[in-house]
Amino acid sequence: MPIKVLIPTPLRPYAGKQSVIEVTAKTVGEALSDLVAKHPGLRRHLFSEDGKLRSFVNVYLNDEDVRYLSKEATPVKETDTVTIVPSVAGGI
Amino acid sequence: MAALNDRSQATLSNEEILRYSRHLIMPEVTLEGQKKLKAERVLCVGTGGLGSPLALYLAAAGVGTLGLVDFDVVDYTNLQRQILHYTGDVGRLKLDSAIDKLTAINPLVEIKRFDTYLNSRNAMDIFSGFDIIADGTDNFATRYLVNDACVLSGKPNVYASIFRFEGQASIFAAESGPCYRCLYPEPPPPGLVPSCAEGGVLGVLPGLLGVIQATEVIKLILGVGEPLIGRLLLVDALVMRFRELRVRKNPECPVCGANPTVKELIDYNQYCGIRGQESEASTSTKVPEIQPEELKRRLDAQEDIFVLDVREPHEYQICNIHGHLIPLGDLPRRVHELDSSREIVVHCKSGARSAKAVDFLRRSGFKRATNLAGGILAWAERIDRSVPKY
Repeated sequence: MPIKVLIPTPLRPYAGKQSVIEVTAKTVGEALSDLVAKHPGLRRHLFSEDGKLRSFVNVYLNDEDVRYLSKEATPVKETDTVTIVPSVAGGI
Repeated sequence: MAALNDRSQATLSNEEILRYSRHLIMPEVTLEGQKKLKAERVLCVGTGGLGSPLALYLAAAGVGTLGLVDFDVVDYTNLQRQILHYTGDVGRLKLDSAIDKLTAINPLVEIKRFDTYLNSRNAMDIFSGFDIIADGTDNFATRYLVNDACVLSGKPNVYASIFRFEGQASIFAAESGPCYRCLYPEPPPPGLVPSCAEGGVLGVLPGLLGVIQATEVIKLILGVGEPLIGRLLLVDALVMRFRELRVRKNPECPVCGANPTVKELIDYNQYCGIRGQESEASTSTKVPEIQPEELKRRLDAQEDIFVLDVREPHEYQICNIHGHLIPLGDLPRRVHELDSSREIVVHCKSGARSAKAVDFLRRSGFKRATNLAGGILAWAERIDRSVPKY
């Protein structure tokens, strides 16, 4: 089913400059796979060489960190929003 | 928080009662709250974009002791957002400039200055004199250092970070909530996440986030409302939307978990990669380089050199040296525009993006690609002073 993935500013250059991308998925993992299939440039920012989600990229389903749900296997429904929250260090 | 030292003894003079009268008449503050503010000691790490509004408001609000950590000097590019520093301060130590302004706003605040780069050797000692730490730094190494030192010393870390139009804020208070490492267990590899120096930042954005930090500091001191503990506030100023995400305490957190592996401060520059500071000038990729003087001499001698500029079109508009423009992100699909038999000198603003481009080009068969050391900034500095620096 179609769900929204919110792309943070630092990753937008790799996502066709879009802030929201609609993907088709039944789980968070499928949503991310569909996302990198649509925008291959995002892959190295989200996944390590061995295909694991990078530890400094947090993925939220609505307001909850998927690490505390069922990680990539977490099911999604149509009204859900997946948010990618990368670490940002800037301050000065 | 922990300022048990002289909080009960703090008294307000008639001058202070007048100055803080708009606080005193609020039921959430009152005379008692204002005395708490006076007795509190808050450390601002950094007096830049976030640290400016943060320190200004804390001083105005009557926080009794403000510590400032900074080693930097004011430069022109700071003035667009670092409102503690004025045009006439360019070239001065940020600490000197900051103390002038803070004292002018509120001479009753005691300011402690730490003219140093916060590091693993001095952090615990500096933190020991304060009750709350507010992190307004600009690089991952210092952010992990501030976090770990806060956890180890049991002090709350009032956090914010910014990028372009977006910001994040939270309070990491490991005794009752998660820490920064619970949210981000590991730093990204150097170079993968752009800094404000590379990516830019809207001038008012640190204002917005720094004021959120100041608000959270004051709420912590007063013990009122709901602090941002366990919540990550995401601010997108472009659409002006505030969202909130849950941050959970990770039971396996290496520093605040049940079985911590980090029990003392480590070498954070090493932990976060050699680029402790996310400056574009330092390159993480080792590629052959050419100095600006050498390029100038060879171009003047009419040698066949193709200059490739991998910055963004809006940067090219600011200044250029007539290079062929292909932004780094577009290079893979536009590489056919280049001739692998020719010598190619690649440049960006200060050398980091072009190093990645040279690395990519060499791996793609462009064996004669080299990186212009120091980028167009070095060119502007050493070859052609008419080229503006940005």
